[in-house]
Amino acid sequence: MLSALVILPVLFAVAVALVPARHAPAARWLGVAGATLVGVLSVVVLVRFDVGDGGFQMVVDRSWISELGVSWHLGIDGISLFLVVLTGLLFPLVMAGVKPEGSAGQHDARAYTAWMLLLEAGCLGAFLALDLFVFFVMFEVVLVPMYFLIGGWGHGDSSKAATKFFLFTMTGSAFLLVGIVAVAFLNQQATGTLTFDLVTLADSQSLATTTGRWLFLAFAAAFAVKTPVFPLHTWLPDAHTQAPTAASVILAGVMLKLGTYGFLRFGIFLFPEAANYFAPLLVTLGVIGIVYAAVVATMQPDLKRLIAYSSVAHLGFIVLGLFAFTGQSVTGGVIQMVNHGVSTGVLFLIVGMIYERRHTREIAKLGGLQKSAPVMAVCFTIAMFSSIGLPGLNGFVGEFLVLIGSFSTRRWWTIVATTGVILAALYLLWAYQRVFHGTPEGDNATMPDVTRREGLVLVPLLACIVVMGIYPRPVLDRIEPAVDRLVARIDDRSPYDVPADGGTAEEQR
Amino acid sequence: MIDAIEVPSIDWVALLPLTSLLFGALLLLATSALVPGRLVARLAAPFTLVVCAVSLGASVFVWRRLGEGTAPFADVADAVAIDRFGVFVAAVIAMAIALSTLLAQSDRSLQRLGNIELYALFLLSGSGGVMLAMANDLVVLFLGLEILSIALYVLAGYDVRRRESREAGLKYFVLGGFASAFLLYGIALLYGATGSTNLGQIGSFLAANLPSHQGLLLAGLALLIVGLAFKVAAVPFHSWAPDVYDGSPTPVTAFMASAAKAAAFAGMLRVLFTTFPTLADQWRPVIWVLAVGSLVVGAFLAIAQDDVKRMLAYSSISQAGFILLGVEAGSSFGVSSALFYLLAYTFMVAGSFAVVAIVAGGGGRPRPADEGRVPQHRLSAFRGLSARRPTLAFGFTVLLLAQAGVPFTSGFVAKFGVLGAAVGADSYALAIVAMLTAVVSAYMYLRIVLTMYLVAPDPGAPRVSIPAMAGAGLVVAVAVTIVLGVVPGPALSLARDAVPTLLGAG
Repeated sequence: MLSALVILPVLFAVAVALVPARHAPAARWLGVAGATLVGVLSVVVLVRFDVGDGGFQMVVDRSWISELGVSWHLGIDGISLFLVVLTGLLFPLVMAGVKPEGSAGQHDARAYTAWMLLLEAGCLGAFLALDLFVFFVMFEVVLVPMYFLIGGWGHGDSSKAATKFFLFTMTGSAFLLVGIVAVAFLNQQATGTLTFDLVTLADSQSLATTTGRWLFLAFAAAFAVKTPVFPLHTWLPDAHTQAPTAASVILAGVMLKLGTYGFLRFGIFLFPEAANYFAPLLVTLGVIGIVYAAVVATMQPDLKRLIAYSSVAHLGFIVLGLFAFTGQSVTGGVIQMVNHGVSTGVLFLIVGMIYERRHTREIAKLGGLQKSAPVMAVCFTIAMFSSIGLPGLNGFVGEFLVLIGSFSTRRWWTIVATTGVILAALYLLWAYQRVFHGTPEGDNATMPDVTRREGLVLVPLLACIVVMGIYPRPVLDRIEPAVDRLVARIDDRSPYDVPADGGTAEEQR
Repeated sequence: MIDAIEVPSIDWVALLPLTSLLFGALLLLATSALVPGRLVARLAAPFTLVVCAVSLGASVFVWRRLGEGTAPFADVADAVAIDRFGVFVAAVIAMAIALSTLLAQSDRSLQRLGNIELYALFLLSGSGGVMLAMANDLVVLFLGLEILSIALYVLAGYDVRRRESREAGLKYFVLGGFASAFLLYGIALLYGATGSTNLGQIGSFLAANLPSHQGLLLAGLALLIVGLAFKVAAVPFHSWAPDVYDGSPTPVTAFMASAAKAAAFAGMLRVLFTTFPTLADQWRPVIWVLAVGSLVVGAFLAIAQDDVKRMLAYSSISQAGFILLGVEAGSSFGVSSALFYLLAYTFMVAGSFAVVAIVAGGGGRPRPADEGRVPQHRLSAFRGLSARRPTLAFGFTVLLLAQAGVPFTSGFVAKFGVLGAAVGADSYALAIVAMLTAVVSAYMYLRIVLTMYLVAPDPGAPRVSIPAMAGAGLVVAVAVTIVLGVVPGPALSLARDAVPTLLGAG
């Protein structure tokens, strides 16, 4: 079942690549069919998921490279469940709904579709992997399709942005790989068996404290680049701005989550003590990211860049939530990963639509679009308010949980982070005002509104925003058991105490 | 009163992987001298492939025999080691010869020069490599190295009309001569210190005694390492490599980077791992320095190049650095990782040079206009290759990404292995340096990929035709690179079984 989620897109990618050149346009629909099938499968997983169980479900465990103790070990729990579903649904939507740019020129639908499907396989594989080797392989292999998507179908100096993206992430991965190998071999020296299995390694806890801290740093380097955590975020605005719309959506919606998910699943799970030790550092960087990115976003003349910086700020929130280590804050962080994927996805889609029509993303050249494209304005508004964290929409649920959960353990950080919410309102509303309000002039007045095809992409995402905002209980019910297990684990394995309710860390000590 | 010379008992069958190459070369030379005409010239390449297949088959046979109850043994008066280590490397070398032959067969300028000697030299040089890998005696090691090298000197300068090729041959010869001298001197010193040239006897002597002349011993070992490090082009003994790789005919370069490198590494692994484990504390730091130097210099200087052949030359220096990670670990896991790396790298590098040769216009019928023309290896020749030759560009991309160590290619598993060995031996700093330089190298590989995919082709770019044989070699290389990346298990277990032990001690 879970294996099919990873293998199906690969098979479809191969099939798409083999479509003869004459039928290249058909390749796109073959790809969409494949992605849809995967999406349906991910929903089936969601339905069959056992709500109360906090452990790994639907586990697949087969030997892959027995010589190295590597097994094809996949599983899903509340933390990864919604990321998998998000990936499963986002891909068919953007593949069906977004016309790749540069289609007038040398666009090759086969290559584009095949890369998208491989990207999907890699993302799903990374979210499902319970073996460090498999995770690393997936984590690393997604770079290749993304590199080609940004480089081949991007705008402006896209090849430079693609290379920067690849090298930044690969530098982080370099540390991660050494870390993974070290974990496995140190465990082998302690227990005598070589394994990369996450659960086994996490349970054996054979590492000395100092070693564990160093290894956590190695892991954190990779995840911090991917997330990205300030000050390692500089690749992101370039990559986002230069990437084609579909790639931007996937990059923000799914790939950035590989970083935060990695922190949670591998960093904190494997090294609870070290995670606790370094938590102040990461929380501080997260909060700096929130405020800094918000300030920078306010100054951006380019709408897409503005949203890219808002991503950095949002991921700062997630990092804060994850490393505050309360049940609420971690749950908030997890749900915020999904929320950010949806709302930022919509924002990027709309920016892409504007660019397609107006061939510019400069805020100064746009204006009064509300008059010419009212539906688009409404969609943008909903996603924007979700992003700001307006009650009743999904963004509120996540941000509120993060803030309330973090407040008990990290009071001052949380207070600073809250200013980020205000700044987010500032830069997004100001941007909205400049782009959509006023009297349209020139091309802005004649810009067509959302087409039916584009509407079909936006509606499901907007529905998600509203439904998860009004009734988040089903989602929370599935996330919480897994998060509680993780938090209990930090509690057991480190000097950290989970505050009872509302008690501050100072009081606990 | 002189006793009759005692003829050692020789297990000829076990020597087949070596002798088949040697006799193949001699047969080819003899036939071409005795039977004039074009028929021999035309059959030379297929014959070479058959010889490689025979050697490979013999390797498989000996491998299986060694698995079925026959313990590894020292043959020919303890001078030659018959073990799975030697057989593994012999198989790698046979495959490397086959790939280089496919490449040479479709190289236009080599075709015109007459190719019989070329194939004979490939086989001869390869047999030297196998001898080097199977050597259980320092003298045999030296013999193997010299057979390997002397043939290579000629091969490097094979394309006599090109100045670069002549220069490559001379440069390699002069510098290689120095290296051989170092090696020989090292052997002499080791003999002086231990009283034997036999690896088994040196090993058991060192295990039992604390030599009184530690300085002599260490100096000998150091010179031995210098000689072998020169052949694998490890920094600081690499200065010949870029010029020689660049100047030699491309099929020869492919052979140098695959077979010659594998053979020299095999010699280094066997000597250091089986014979001098007691001195590991002394030689590991030396290898450490060689590894870091190769990784850093190879990666950074590769960026500065704008000639793809030179880029690959520098990249092969940095790949040697990675293999040295496995040597430095000094563990059996390190040895097996290095062996897997050699296997994987042979296909990656041979395939890459095949693409270079194809793009430079090695194929097709000779045209008078090409006379004396410098083959185009510049990066600009690869512009827009994806539009002109999508399959070729894709194949090259796979090979380049494999060298960068991207998952689902053999390169990733290979890097993972040597990294594991380094970490297992507590060489964390080395592991991190290696991975960071891998990022630097990745920039260079991506630059080539970028040029192929994202830069429009020059309007006057020549048509790229893919000759059948080179194409076939390329397909094999790409296929093996992917298969070893997805299901590395069988090859990894072969490499694990090939870890050598000390033979002929006594």
